[in-house]
Amino acid sequence: MSSFLTYLISGLSLGSIYAIIALGYTMVYGIAKMLNFAHGDFIMVGCYIIFSVSGALSGNSFIGIIAAIILCTLLGITTEFVAYRPLRGAASPLAVLITAIGVSYFLENVALLIFGADIKSFSSVVKWEGLSFADGQLRIQGVTIVTIAISLIVLVGLQLFIKKTKQGQAMLAVAEDKGAAALMGINVNRTIMITFAIGSALAAIAGALLCSAYPSLSPYTGAMPGIKAFVAAVLGGIGSIPGAMIGGLVLGIVEILSKTYISSQLSDAIVFGILVIVLLVRPTGILGKVIQEKV
Amino acid sequence: MALLEVNNLCISFGGLRAVDDFNLRIEKGELYGLIGPNGAGKTTVFNLLTGVYKPNEGIIRLDGEDITRKSTTEINHEGIARTFQNIRLFKNMSVLDNVKVGLTERFKYSTIEGIFHLGKYKKVEKEMDEEALRLLSVFGLEEEKDTLASNLPYGKQRKLEIARAMATSPKLLLLDEPAAGMNPNETQELMETIALVRKKFNMTILLIEHDMKLVSGICEKLTVLNFGRVLCQGETREVLTHPDVVKAYLGE
Repeated sequence: MSSFLTYLISGLSLGSIYAIIALGYTMVYGIAKMLNFAHGDFIMVGCYIIFSVSGALSGNSFIGIIAAIILCTLLGITTEFVAYRPLRGAASPLAVLITAIGVSYFLENVALLIFGADIKSFSSVVKWEGLSFADGQLRIQGVTIVTIAISLIVLVGLQLFIKKTKQGQAMLAVAEDKGAAALMGINVNRTIMITFAIGSALAAIAGALLCSAYPSLSPYTGAMPGIKAFVAAVLGGIGSIPGAMIGGLVLGIVEILSKTYISSQLSDAIVFGILVIVLLVRPTGILGKVIQEKV
Repeated sequence: MALLEVNNLCISFGGLRAVDDFNLRIEKGELYGLIGPNGAGKTTVFNLLTGVYKPNEGIIRLDGEDITRKSTTEINHEGIARTFQNIRLFKNMSVLDNVKVGLTERFKYSTIEGIFHLGKYKKVEKEMDEEALRLLSVFGLEEEKDTLASNLPYGKQRKLEIARAMATSPKLLLLDEPAAGMNPNETQELMETIALVRKKFNMTILLIEHDMKLVSGICEKLTVLNFGRVLCQGETREVLTHPDVVKAYLGE
């Protein structure tokens, strides 16, 4: 029983990381109507920044995290400005999608050039040992608790930001009708820029947590979690913020439990299988709006 | 000096001259009507005035300033706000939030203050709420402030669109067929609302309309468009009895 609980909690922890990444995905999709396939690589960039800065400051990971958040935010803004904004008026939405894949490869290869292909070992940013219950039968690591707590804080904070601030309201307005929003004086470019900035800052936070839980860092560290988080966002209903959270948690728990009880090789197949089944039953995802086509 | 001055405005889509040599002068405080048969180019003129389309030729001046090449957002900041022929409210947002979106540009605090709910955030949001409620009460919508925009009855959606446009504190308000799809009672109420907006905010208004009763009832001056060209321009009474206008509307 206690081992099941341990696995469940580590599933929640992994799911929380997916959720934070998925929140960035879903926000950018919901507002800018584009899939930023480079989002996962922002995580990897964030991890390398923490790795380098903490290394240079002899293990001070707090400053490393702050640096990663700031630099990833700037990276997000720059990427949007250089690569995505010029394509916003493009006839086909595929143009920007392909560009996003290009940005992804670009970031991976730049990392490869600077840091090399060898796997770096990342020291956890959470130094806390964690809690122990039932005479040490059930131990919860500090990083697990911190991860779950941060994902909840991020979720609530994001909801409050979007519902209760003028920038958030502008995002919702742009999400619904870009043209009408511009005609009401909303600066659409700035609103989309803020969206990318927040999404990228979240990627940096997710990176810190991911590499603390799974302490190996390579230029491809962000790729798989990025795809899984995309799956989580689609599973929960892409564009929906609570949906991203639920999708992330479901995915994390399923992944860990199937690794434990079924097969560690098949776990990814099971995860993607669940996506296929959910989409067959509910094409808009768990919390996605069912749009009824008016005739 | 005229508030809005448009000279020699032209735009073509492919081979079609949608608007050709369009001229318009609106003085401050006027209520001006733009009429014409379907497909005459009226909404295209609105799209040119608000920067949705960029003209091939011509110049648009608002309050003496050239706004011809500015973006839609900049033109709104300069002082032109509009409504739409097919209502384009933010349907999934509340009535209050729709108006607050219009207020966004006038009330400032930084994104960082917004994210952490710090500094000016509380004070400015409160001011925005008050201002939005004040506007809603002018339009008799304060009771519905928490209703989703899509759940409002049709006539009130039209009113909310005007309220949202007014929230951007324009110098010139463009109304694109405000009475479209309304019954006579709603049209009557709308005429009163337009008159009220004009009096209360001392607003200059340009409206597109098909409802001749509404046009002759409230507009002081008219421009008639036909096949993208100005057919006739001047005082409402004279324009409506002009032989060319009668011919364009009723045939020979």
